[in-house]
Amino acid sequence: MTKMSGAKALLESLERQNVEVIFGILGGALLPIYDHFGKSKIRHILCRHEQGAAHAADGYARASGKAGVCMATSGPGATNLVTGITNAYMDSSPIIALTGQVPSTGVNTSYMIGRDAFQEADIIGITTPITKHNFQLQEAAEIPKTVKTAFYIATTGRPGPVLIDIPKNVQTEVTDIEFSDGIQLRGYRPQTNPHPLQIRKAAELLAEAEKPVILAGGGVIISGASPELLQTAELLMAPVATTFMGKGAFPETHPLSLGSIGMHGNPVANKLLCEADVLLAVGTRFSDRSTGKLNSFCAPSKKIHIDIDAAEIGKNVDVGIPIVADAKKALKELHERLAKQLKKKKSSAWTKRVKEAKEQLNPPSKGASKDLKPKALLQELRKLLPENAIVTTEVGQNQMWAALYFNALKPRTFISSGGLGTMGFGFPAAIGAKVACPDRPVVDIAGDGSFRMTEQELATSVTEDIPVIVIVLNNSVLGMVAQWQRMFFKKRYTAVKLGSVPDFVKLAEAYGAQGFRVGSVAEFVKTVKKALKSDVTTVIDVPISSEEDVVPMVPPGCGINEQVGEY
Amino acid sequence: MENGKTKVIAALVENKPGVLHSIANMFRRRGFNIESITVGHTEQKGLARMTITVNGDEKTLEQIIKQMNKLIDVVKVSGLEPENIVTRELALIKVNVPDTKTRSDIINCVEVFRGRVVDVSSETLTIEITGTPDKIDAFLNLMKTYGIMELARTGITALSRGIKSIRIEE
Repeated sequence: MTKMSGAKALLESLERQNVEVIFGILGGALLPIYDHFGKSKIRHILCRHEQGAAHAADGYARASGKAGVCMATSGPGATNLVTGITNAYMDSSPIIALTGQVPSTGVNTSYMIGRDAFQEADIIGITTPITKHNFQLQEAAEIPKTVKTAFYIATTGRPGPVLIDIPKNVQTEVTDIEFSDGIQLRGYRPQTNPHPLQIRKAAELLAEAEKPVILAGGGVIISGASPELLQTAELLMAPVATTFMGKGAFPETHPLSLGSIGMHGNPVANKLLCEADVLLAVGTRFSDRSTGKLNSFCAPSKKIHIDIDAAEIGKNVDVGIPIVADAKKALKELHERLAKQLKKKKSSAWTKRVKEAKEQLNPPSKGASKDLKPKALLQELRKLLPENAIVTTEVGQNQMWAALYFNALKPRTFISSGGLGTMGFGFPAAIGAKVACPDRPVVDIAGDGSFRMTEQELATSVTEDIPVIVIVLNNSVLGMVAQWQRMFFKKRYTAVKLGSVPDFVKLAEAYGAQGFRVGSVAEFVKTVKKALKSDVTTVIDVPISSEEDVVPMVPPGCGINEQVGEY
Repeated sequence: MENGKTKVIAALVENKPGVLHSIANMFRRRGFNIESITVGHTEQKGLARMTITVNGDEKTLEQIIKQMNKLIDVVKVSGLEPENIVTRELALIKVNVPDTKTRSDIINCVEVFRGRVVDVSSETLTIEITGTPDKIDAFLNLMKTYGIMELARTGITALSRGIKSIRIEE
């Protein structure tokens, strides 16, 4: 036991969790903690808005698989984190949010919290529905155990954000601190081992299947189950579709890959999923954007659903064989069981059908298009980037073009806001990913609308020397909503025109970053190459048509097999 | 249990500030409706027991239980089998008593329902009655004819019959 302040105990507790970096913005209610950063091994990265800090922590977590940490002061600092925390919650990303709070004991009163003090916000109340769990510290002695518990909850089971609210008096309180206390959580025991009987039933069903399809969700990436997924797919000769969040779980250039399903899914994935007789869904919550109209979602198939969150089983889609378990463990056991059951690899009429469908619905591009169109740009970008490069996206058309045309090859290399659909996520997430993986190129595929929502983080990337590449597919409109107005509201364009401001080249330069504008695919290729060699943040402005649609598309309310438009 | 029937959920939860908030929040956020909720200490230190009644089909009940289970401070949760539980609710009812004839009529009813008169004034009687919600409903129907001035019901609390329990080993 050592005597120290709560502030020091907090930083030391974080160091004991191997935290290397915190994205944050200080404020009055955090001053005692910030006073200790100089003596800590932890790097503090000063962001320019708390939302950026939360997204950066999220990007760091998704790229590294470790918890990302963000910090904000009481009141507005804390409420500015809310979008970032919700985003992490929806996509099961482990972030730890630390917030300052007004003192729980005050100068004039015995209790300051709850008396509407300056910069007081009820962040516990606000974040209860958007965190996996949250804590408000009452005394400094609880700090080591609370931090340990927070990291355990955030990173185990189905990961998610955990918030710790720290009143200022707890930061300054000097007391005996004990770091070795173990955690006690009688209400939290994630079930990671699959039930053997369920594995047996699933193996029997899959062994008999004539048209099996595997659907891999974000859970496959989180649990690191990609090798097991590949083994199982190759053993069964089952094609693999991913959800949008599952992009990267299975190499999209593999002969068995169908790409991602959903509203803007790959047509071959949507089509074959609906032809399956057995669907093996792993680590997915069957979101509405993935499934389309539920009663036509691969209706004829028998379904096996592996998920670590029991509440996801039967929530949206009824399944015959539920398996509550960690995806990696479940797929490993399923593969072992199948390997014994199947004497040789399956190869059948189904394999032929998969090949044909891919050739018909997803033909390889006939040479590079010269037009400055998203498809050509993203296919070129794939060629320019190494396999392990990390791509983040903003939200909207840029994101769906990336889903359709940018092949993800490895897990944790495609990072995007899936559940919440947060415009402005991609750029700070790219900064976080670059901090986690400084030796790999990180590219944010952006739209002009989304990029503007967190562009101030250019200051962070330049001053903290975190070079990333931002590709702005600039159509001067809020493209996705403009597309919906075009398609479903008889072209009554309302509040979508952004104009040609700002000049993104000048904007980049104003922040000390590099800015380029390109007018052709060839120029784009040249500029990306230049940016990859540079160690300065680069913004590449690519003017594209404001009439460009993301197609194919499943119109809202339709089944995923009712996709319109050509790939 | 068919559609729309009242179901009873029992939960052991950490006896900490904010637990009721997080449970109530989950119900609100996911569109589940709480009919009644009772909370009290248990014989085990640090644990409170909640009895929640909800209205919905079997699938809704399953989702509620699963979503409650996800909350870190919920230690154990279980749907109680309606045919195999003892349920009780307590109600306090203040009734108008205009004359002595009415007074003795009401006291007769109270005796039939095995209730108790807990307060008397010149114009009112306050009655305590315990039982299943059905029994209380029946008594209240009877009292309506006399005029109910005020009513407080606790909502039900329940235990499984026999050896079955949701107790956790410490």
